Amino acid sequence: MSEEIEPINNPGATNEDKDGDDFRELLEALYQKYGYDFRQYSEAHIKRRIRNRMTLSGVKDISEMQSKVLNDEEFLSKLLHDLSITVTEMFRDPGFYKSLRENVIPILKTYPFIKIWHAGCSTGEEAYSMSILMQEEGLYERTTLYATDFNQQVVNQAKEGIFSNVQIKEYTANYQLSGGKASFSDYYRADEHNAIMNQSLKKNIVWANHNLVTDSVFAEVNMILCRNVLIYFDKNLQNKVHNLFYSSLINGGILCLGSKESLRFTDLNNKYLEIDSKNKIYKKKY
Amino acid sequence: MRYEAIVIGVSSGGMNALSSLFSALPGNFSIPIIILQHIGARSNNQWIKLLNKKTAVIIKEAEEKEKIENGNAYVSPPNYHLLIERDKTFSFTIDERVNYARPSIDVLFESAAEAYKTKLIGIILTGSNNDGARGMKRIKECGGLIIAQDPETAESSYMPASGIAAVKMDYILPLQGISELLIKIDKQNDSDEAF
Repeated sequence: MSEEIEPINNPGATNEDKDGDDFRELLEALYQKYGYDFRQYSEAHIKRRIRNRMTLSGVKDISEMQSKVLNDEEFLSKLLHDLSITVTEMFRDPGFYKSLRENVIPILKTYPFIKIWHAGCSTGEEAYSMSILMQEEGLYERTTLYATDFNQQVVNQAKEGIFSNVQIKEYTANYQLSGGKASFSDYYRADEHNAIMNQSLKKNIVWANHNLVTDSVFAEVNMILCRNVLIYFDKNLQNKVHNLFYSSLINGGILCLGSKESLRFTDLNNKYLEIDSKNKIYKKKY
Repeated sequence: MRYEAIVIGVSSGGMNALSSLFSALPGNFSIPIIILQHIGARSNNQWIKLLNKKTAVIIKEAEEKEKIENGNAYVSPPNYHLLIERDKTFSFTIDERVNYARPSIDVLFESAAEAYKTKLIGIILTGSNNDGARGMKRIKECGGLIIAQDPETAESSYMPASGIAAVKMDYILPLQGISELLIKIDKQNDSDEAF
């Protein structure tokens, strides 16, 4: 057997993972004391967010982190914000919105009232995008958009409908590629730093607090959008949330996932028809 | 097995560098390879098809929650960060860009370092950005083996040079030297299994 190629200067490296266990303990403490349950989130992701908070707040190790979380309310609220916020865009994946216009709007048009649930709406970009789309398709007046998140802070922020100017150029490009029928600038007024979304887009959005991990069915709806939320969960939790979605959709209801998400790891795979496999649009079977 | 995964970070000049590296690898190369090439948000994956034509190794886009298997090479999808979990599956996030990049090399490397510890090989290739430098440092801290493309031989020297400035490399080699080293390591892995 030939000599193995080994790294130089490698003192004390080991395959043990005490670190991983410490993180698990912190998440367990967060759940036991406050009921916030991140135990079934993607571990690599949650570790990254916790480390970022440690760096920002000058926390030196996990045990200091644990004591701050348990004793410092202000710190706790910062950490919760870090762990729950998801980054999104207006008209992210323009091809998806285009497909909605072509393949889903004709179905929705057959209903006298349309209920749409944005599950895990974060700062609201997607709900506003959908408001614009429904207005342009002439369906807004009979539509209610439920936009929910478990983090009240981001729900409040979403409700304001104020977005930084920095991204408007990208959003405008997305909007145009998505088959937008007007000019994106028709939908907001700009001040020095921000784009403030039109009041008319908010009219039929109901903002609410709902936790996908711990709460049950929110409402019976015609369509659910939950895009790039479930990627942060482990397989078991993904499956649980998919069952919640299945119970919330009417027969023939539409489920929209993120471009890299699928029903593959759920036990509901054969209970939906694929409307658009590339853009991850599914229809609940009758 | 001594080494269980290889992560490669590469940016501008990547297509040529990866073509050259992968064309030298045999079809039975066993250690899984995860490639993080900086790509635009609307990349259509044409480059994966082109790369597959140059090599006997099968290269595919990583899928969410997919288990990393021997004999495969994976690339990150556009507009998501790619992470590796302790159970050797892929996770995606759309967190903010890191070093102006999503996917970011540091994000992949730091998670891979913690998932594979001493059983990881990290490689930094051509690029004009300093993404990957922190990740290489983390791989080293966790006991992995780290290799930089010799900046003198790189289409863009900045990225491998930043890696070299951040942490002492185990090897600094031209592309041919890297592929030869990888083949040698892969063979030793096999002989480990036989004993």
